Amino acid sequence: MVRILPVLHILAHVIVILAVFMMVPLGLSMAIDDGAAKAYAEALLVTALTGIALWAATRRHKRELQTRDGFLLVSLVWTVLPVFAMLPLLLYIPGLSVTDAYFEGVSGLTASGGTVLTGLDHLPPSINIWRGLMIWLGGMGIIVLAVAVLPLLGVGGSQAFRAETPGPMKDSKLTPRITQTAKGLWLVYVCLTAACMLSYRVAGMSWLDAVMHGFTTTGLGGFSTHDESFAWFNSPVMEAVAIVFMTISGINYATHFLLLRGGGLRVYRRDPEALAYIGLLAGSSLMIALFLMHGGVFDSFWTAMRYAAFNVVSVATTTGYATTDYNLWPTFAPVWLLFISCFACCSGSTGGGIKMIRARMMLHQAVREMTRIVHPRALTPVKINGAPVENNIIFAVLAFMLMYGTTLIAGTMLLAVSGADIVTAFSAIVACINNMGPGLNKVGPASTFAVLNDFQTWVCTFVMLLGRLELFTLIVVLTPSFWRR
Amino acid sequence: MRIVILGAGRVGQSLAESLVSEQNDITVVDVDEARLREMQNRLDLRTVSGNASHPSVLREAGIEDADMMIAVTQSDEINLVACKLAASFFNVPTRIARIRATEFLDNERVLGEDGFSVNLAICPEQILTDYIVKLIQFPEALQVLEFAQGKVSLVAVRAFQGGPLVGHPLKDLRRHIPSVDARVAAIFRDDRSIVPEGDTIVEPGDEVFCLAATQDIRQVMRELRRMDKPVRRVMIAGGGNIGLRLAEALERDYTVKVIEYNKRRCEYLACQLNKALVLQGDVTDEGLLETEDVSAMDVFVAVTDDDENNIMSSLLAKRMGARRVITLINRRAYVNLLQAGSIDIAISPAQATIGTLLAHVRRGDVTQVHSLRRGAAEAIEAVVHGDSESCKLVGRRVEDIDLPKGTTIGAIVRGEEVIMAHHDTVIRAEDHVIVFVTDKKMLPKVEKLFQVGISFV
Repeated sequence: MVRILPVLHILAHVIVILAVFMMVPLGLSMAIDDGAAKAYAEALLVTALTGIALWAATRRHKRELQTRDGFLLVSLVWTVLPVFAMLPLLLYIPGLSVTDAYFEGVSGLTASGGTVLTGLDHLPPSINIWRGLMIWLGGMGIIVLAVAVLPLLGVGGSQAFRAETPGPMKDSKLTPRITQTAKGLWLVYVCLTAACMLSYRVAGMSWLDAVMHGFTTTGLGGFSTHDESFAWFNSPVMEAVAIVFMTISGINYATHFLLLRGGGLRVYRRDPEALAYIGLLAGSSLMIALFLMHGGVFDSFWTAMRYAAFNVVSVATTTGYATTDYNLWPTFAPVWLLFISCFACCSGSTGGGIKMIRARMMLHQAVREMTRIVHPRALTPVKINGAPVENNIIFAVLAFMLMYGTTLIAGTMLLAVSGADIVTAFSAIVACINNMGPGLNKVGPASTFAVLNDFQTWVCTFVMLLGRLELFTLIVVLTPSFWRR
Repeated sequence: MRIVILGAGRVGQSLAESLVSEQNDITVVDVDEARLREMQNRLDLRTVSGNASHPSVLREAGIEDADMMIAVTQSDEINLVACKLAASFFNVPTRIARIRATEFLDNERVLGEDGFSVNLAICPEQILTDYIVKLIQFPEALQVLEFAQGKVSLVAVRAFQGGPLVGHPLKDLRRHIPSVDARVAAIFRDDRSIVPEGDTIVEPGDEVFCLAATQDIRQVMRELRRMDKPVRRVMIAGGGNIGLRLAEALERDYTVKVIEYNKRRCEYLACQLNKALVLQGDVTDEGLLETEDVSAMDVFVAVTDDDENNIMSSLLAKRMGARRVITLINRRAYVNLLQAGSIDIAISPAQATIGTLLAHVRRGDVTQVHSLRRGAAEAIEAVVHGDSESCKLVGRRVEDIDLPKGTTIGAIVRGEEVIMAHHDTVIRAEDHVIVFVTDKKMLPKVEKLFQVGISFV
């Protein structure tokens, strides 16, 4: 148990950071006196005290992290922080079970956006702001933030950074020092979020709604202040703003960072994912719009396009807003949405799922195997942007796909065995593993995850964590060999 | 001319050989003493052993008095450094370097006066690649050469029964294709040159050299033989520097397969190439050629760095049904052995690449030199300077010019305009004149014609 103590020491720091962020809704709550201040004060106190106590207890074990410690740290942060993050909700909302509160906490921090709460419109604004803030923190990554602001992580810090950042190839540092990279990514994130909030405000939202939705748009989370989600606003302008910012957030933030450093717009052309990603979003929107018109759901092309584009982008980027109950569309449309949510997002974005780059590699690998059958002596490396991808990365991606599929099937089975119908079970697990939010049928956009029983909620919670940490980080910590010396 | 050649590799040796034969004083620098001794025994030149980028070695080679330095060592970096030294410390007027890396070649500042002061950067692999690409674009030709930045082309075609002009006098050419101004510059029959006149009759088997504006080349060739189907599939044996460049140049327009033996090299090739298929294996492996369907290939190009492998794989490919085989052969003896046999085109890298260098060694403002028929004949593009007083060409009609025997003026490029030379064409100053020399002994006389000098005042 010696090794875990230095990790706990860092964890204590992260808990304190969370406590600092709790001051935001506390301040807001006191300023507008919405009645939730007491819950925040208590939650803040518990969080801060735990953090400080843990920090004091492990102070003697302060040392640089080793490679393996990174995985442990990330896993601990992502399982322990939701416990503190859920405290305000647990303390304020009477009758909310710990299961549901933890689910909400995980759903927030993993930027999923599936909720168990109803009556969002009547919640105090500070609670909704806190829900948005959770998504925003988790979207870019808590460890990335910690690396940016805490100078103590050392080499293990960059390992933890990689374990948290989504994508198959994480060797490319943007700057010589990992701290600078983390700061750069957060800077882009903060700027983008601020721009998004302002745009919403200009488009006509109230400041509260603009801030909350700004957090959940760039975090690609999808929490809303309204039960009806974006349909409540019924404003094409706001939807357009949302589409733009969701699309931007689904692109690798490292690429945005390069743009900020003066790379010009060609950085996106060089990005191996961005063009395919945007093409997929545009193509799917058009296809779904035409399909819906053909199916008689909408009469005019532009109405069809408006609803198709918003919901396609929202689901594909794993945000999870809705402007209509797409569950009621003819079957192909919602299933296609669910399907592209699995791989549309780019690596290094705030979205979830398999990621576009892995999908491209798998496609290349499939073609490669077929070429190999026709030309047994041919050498056909998998190439992304002209650069060959090493075989060990291909194997890692293949293993990832296997784990992804296994998790999908196992999760669906667990939900089905505990009583969910197959569409609900499968779509709920897909929505959770992709950190997307709403699924189909009973957990569809018009409903919430509250319909699940406790066991099912825990399964979904775990799958969300697995999805956010891209399976291996969490699973490896649970294997005995990780703990063996 | 006093010339220092750095590097006695394949290019250096063939360069030294041709330059010695043209009355130049040559000093060769290399690290390999055995090779230098062998060269000194064979050719009339001086050798210095040592690192070509060291000033002391260069000084020993007499660089201070040299008119020209040609750096053709294996290493781009040594060549660059030598050029810089020659420019800054030794005031050598002309500095030529062999540069392979496109990183350097594409960067004018690196090669310019502020950089490494290279007057002319040549890349033999690239020249050879362009040469072979032309042959694939014009599969009927034996040789395709460009002049005046590609405005004029010279093609060598073997006349076959079935071409409209075959069996007819040359003057019919104008009647057959009145829209095209073309000129037959030379005809070789049974390895002897025939001076083409209007009533010379083209016989099957003749090797005919035609000059025409580049866009008319195909029409002219159609006069001399039936056209083949255009090339679609190409197989390249050997993935060395030439093989790679060739595949890169061809993969967009043709279906390309590259065979290379070295596994690591294969991996590199596969990374560099986008559409071409890279196959790992022996180029003389019959089984591999069979599975990869060599019989369906329109062109098979053997460009490994081993003559024997090239010849063997080409013969094999031809026998297995490849339509046309092009083979790179370094040894002159082998070339002469094979040309008449089953290999369609044998290319000698030295002959193909030396022209670019020769253009700079020649007196007079020579911009382009192409070796023809394995060095037996030459086509030269030169610029006419001066006025009717100082130059024997300016203001004179072609028929009035006192040309050496076996020499013909083929075409004139005046600005953007291409003029086929007729007996009454008048040459002006600044014209680019393309001269065809069937007897290389006449070269000094031809050079003299283009020189503007005190001797003519």
